[in-house]
Amino acid sequence: MSYEPIIGLEVHVQLATASKMFASAACGSGAPPNTLTDPVVLALPGALPVLNKAALDAVIRTGLLLGCRINPVCRWDRKNYFYPDSPKNYQISQYDQPVCLGGEVEIELPGPTPAVMGEHRRIPLTRIHLEEDVGKLTHGAGDSLIDFNRAGTPLMEIVTEPALRSPDEAFAFLTALRTLLVCAGISDCDMEKGQMRCDANISIRPVGETKLGTKVELKNLNSISYVRAGIAKEIARQLAVVAAGGALTQETRLYDGESGRSAAMRSKEMAHDYRYFPDPDLLPVHIDEAWQADLRASLPERPFDRQRRFIADLSLAYSACAVLIRDRALADFFEETVHAGTAPQAAANWTTNDLLRELTAASLPLRESKVTPAHIAGLAALVKQGVVSSSQARDVFSEMFASGETAAVVVERKGLRQSTDTTQLAAWCDAALAAHAGSVAQIRAGNPKAINSIKGAVMKLSAGKANPRLVDEILRQRLGI
Amino acid sequence: MSQPPDLNIDYVARLARLELTPDERRAYAAQLGGILHYLDVIKQADVSGVEPSAHPLPIHNVWREDRPQPGLTVEQALQNAPRKRDDQFVVPRVID
Amino acid sequence: MDTALIHQPLSALTGLLAERRVSSVEMMAAFIARTKAVEPRLHAFNSFDEPAALAAARASDERRTLGRILGPLDGIPIGIKDAIAVAGAPLTCSSKMLANFVSPYDATVIERLRAGGAIPWGRLNLDEFAMGSSTENSANGVTLNPWDLTRVAGGSSGGSAAAVAASQAPAALGSDTGGSIRQPAAFCGLVGVKPTYGTVSRYGLAAFASSLDQIGPLTRNVDDAALLLGVIAGHDPRDSTSLARPAPDFPVEMVARRGPWKLGVPAEYFREGLDPAVAAAVRKAIDFYSAQGGEIREVSLPVAAEYAIAAYYIIATAECSSNLARYDGIRYGHRTQNATDAIDLYARSRAEGFGDEVKRRILLGTYVLSSGYYDAYYLRAQKLRTLIRQDYLRALDGLDALVTPTTPTPAFRPGEKTADPLSMYLADIFTVGVNLAGLPAVSLPCGFTAAGLPVGLQLIGRHFEEPRLFAVARSYEQAHAWHKMRPTVASSE
Ligand SMILES: [Mg+2]
Ligand SMILES: [Zn+2]
Repeated sequence: MSYEPIIGLEVHVQLATASKMFASAACGSGAPPNTLTDPVVLALPGALPVLNKAALDAVIRTGLLLGCRINPVCRWDRKNYFYPDSPKNYQISQYDQPVCLGGEVEIELPGPTPAVMGEHRRIPLTRIHLEEDVGKLTHGAGDSLIDFNRAGTPLMEIVTEPALRSPDEAFAFLTALRTLLVCAGISDCDMEKGQMRCDANISIRPVGETKLGTKVELKNLNSISYVRAGIAKEIARQLAVVAAGGALTQETRLYDGESGRSAAMRSKEMAHDYRYFPDPDLLPVHIDEAWQADLRASLPERPFDRQRRFIADLSLAYSACAVLIRDRALADFFEETVHAGTAPQAAANWTTNDLLRELTAASLPLRESKVTPAHIAGLAALVKQGVVSSSQARDVFSEMFASGETAAVVVERKGLRQSTDTTQLAAWCDAALAAHAGSVAQIRAGNPKAINSIKGAVMKLSAGKANPRLVDEILRQRLGI
Repeated sequence: MSQPPDLNIDYVARLARLELTPDERRAYAAQLGGILHYLDVIKQADVSGVEPSAHPLPIHNVWREDRPQPGLTVEQALQNAPRKRDDQFVVPRVID
Repeated sequence: MDTALIHQPLSALTGLLAERRVSSVEMMAAFIARTKAVEPRLHAFNSFDEPAALAAARASDERRTLGRILGPLDGIPIGIKDAIAVAGAPLTCSSKMLANFVSPYDATVIERLRAGGAIPWGRLNLDEFAMGSSTENSANGVTLNPWDLTRVAGGSSGGSAAAVAASQAPAALGSDTGGSIRQPAAFCGLVGVKPTYGTVSRYGLAAFASSLDQIGPLTRNVDDAALLLGVIAGHDPRDSTSLARPAPDFPVEMVARRGPWKLGVPAEYFREGLDPAVAAAVRKAIDFYSAQGGEIREVSLPVAAEYAIAAYYIIATAECSSNLARYDGIRYGHRTQNATDAIDLYARSRAEGFGDEVKRRILLGTYVLSSGYYDAYYLRAQKLRTLIRQDYLRALDGLDALVTPTTPTPAFRPGEKTADPLSMYLADIFTVGVNLAGLPAVSLPCGFTAAGLPVGLQLIGRHFEEPRLFAVARSYEQAHAWHKMRPTVASSE
């Protein structure tokens, strides 16, 4: 019998707010332990929560980007359970009236080669709700330490339908979601820092069966590649159990990315009786059309929409699009370069190759780049006019990047302007011909490719300033070929 | 008054994280049984079509702007902690 | 020291300070001396900080010398229920759980008192975490009634009521979740106010049941209640349920409202179970209003009378079971020795730290929220809450206030009701519906039983209509002298 896997994801995303979900203490990572707290975060007697509007706005914006229905009335509920990282021993969350219902995430599967776009699919969502993060436990030999700095950070939980069919789809889902959320400024989605966390519900069933099989919840998938590997391993584990005639048990398993193995969790929360009820300290939120319209106006173009537009309107190669849409600022930079008059493919090459290379080498973020779209447009124009060769242009780019000067200034300062002075060119050519008698002989013997070494010599003599087209003309004229 | 058949006092005490002595267990089961017997009066009320009220007044959309405020110092945060080490709260080792 | 000083209402004390006939330090010293003298008999205080109180009084005197007083209550001590956070002071909630807890922050009401120059005075006893009606559920022992030391002061704000009645403080703050200000006010012959839900910030009040809790004043007379409520009321951005409207100027608006009054008498509340002396005193008060030209109308509260207690105990305990989950011995509070793991730590710390009634309510609240019972109990109670509010608003239509007894009986004896928790719950019949509906209510003295125990009259108004309630209460108070009576424990000095 052949089986198919059914995968659903629950993704927790920390929202990039300055203060906490229900407290005014600052959010942040890397601060010394227990320095980002207040009476509310620590759940001291008498402390009360107050909603951070920016966090709610972020979730509504996410919902609008993902085509969710925005609940006209959403509500805050308490999820009651005891755990040392949870200061109140209940989590403020949303039970039956979340901010967003439905919606979908568009994903792109890998193509046959990196230059070819893969298939796109839409993964339906169940809901998106807003809740608060817990503190951080560090386990020692005999005890555990708790730092509540992270406690109360706004956390958006995105729940998919059981609609993913492969580890690759899960990988593509998280990639697409991360790109979208980073692009909209909703989260930094750094999985290493725990800003994005993913649990997967995995089951298998015989192909053709419509009921869902026994589901296993896989936790601790704390990088995108762990998500792919962990799900693949879990599917393989379930198939092996079934193949051996065994039965699967519904359980929660912790994945260990290092070893690639998972193990059933030992401490099972006794029955999941969370006793949800509306938080009496918080009031419902009514989200009207005007509010949504305001937020809609602040939304960026979605990355895959942008990719479609780049391909359709700018005839840009897919491989360049794929790089550009991953980074909203870079794609904006690219578009501005095109608006400044640069041909799209050239603009794409400059931004995705040269600019990114220089930024990486200098460990600079794009916003600190001294090279602006106008710089690139200027340089591209000089190349087009034949003032500099493309190899010179690369050096000019590096100079611009280092100094912030325009291409024209760099070309003048470095004397890089290509020489079109035919007398000078002829003199360099003659000198090169004289110095490379062997190559001349080869040419005459019927090997025209030997001209390249002579051209190289001319470029060397001219310190790269000789216009290659004119050099070629003069040499051929001299050689009579 | 006897304990209603569906009051599982051990289950409730576990959920509430309250360890009960055998005497307490018996006493609470009996008392809660009596109280629940009284509370069952609400089952007679006609509440069809009635909206529940979680709050006494129908207020909504209360929030604050996203501006961080100074909170507690680490000393204040830990001043009442029964056990602390390295500026953190200490609990018996938690297993996953 | 003039012993008369400590028996004065706030309105008189402010005058004495303004006329420089007494300094704040002298006044504070008098209340300290009085507290020390009667405290062994009463036990109204869990603790007090004498040096801090005197330092605050000195600072007030200096302000007054410079002509820079901060408000009408500058230099006057106000007793504080030990469930309200005062920075640097113990906050025990009369629980072993918080025996060693010191709050690092001020409740909003404390900030407001301080901003007005008032002196937060003492940590007043209560039923543990405000759960109870007699202050018997205190880990620190019962507070006795200044009018009769063989009886309870009521609860949960029993310490607040006893301290004012015994002149250990001229006024105090309590909190009222189901009658916890009004009932001890009635038992101790004081004015007690449960404001409209949201009028006073709950920030810094250790929560019992969030959707029901309100802080309010316990005072010697209505003018004092209006004055003190004015100082502590108003919007607080740290409490989401705080009303966004500015608090009225209670003393000014109160005198702007005049009778004769249209009052409603709920028929269901004058039936069996009502103590004859209480019934007689309340009837006489109603006759007074009628004689003043008032219109007395019989009204009905069918849903509230039948279901309010049940709905209240479901909602209050559900909220308490969750609100008190934070007491786990990790960040603060009582912690058991040698716990083997976190679950053991929770279960034993909480078993050791909480008293009997708190455990009972946590268990009940956990049960009514638990899987399979939520709809039958909690959700149904919330629907009844809607109907109960409608009940009150319908009854109040066209009226200035509803009139009821505050309690079915006068102060009872310690131990009289502890064996049967349900009997204690049932005594909340007149007060809990008001909290479910979020309405304002006042209890004021309306006479004494033959045995000399005070009787309380409850006036219930529409939302936000405290000034009208105060005016109705004041017109009775000005024609009677009950509020000027002092208990023997006070005159024994
Ligand atoms: Mg906890
Ligand atoms: Zn979650």
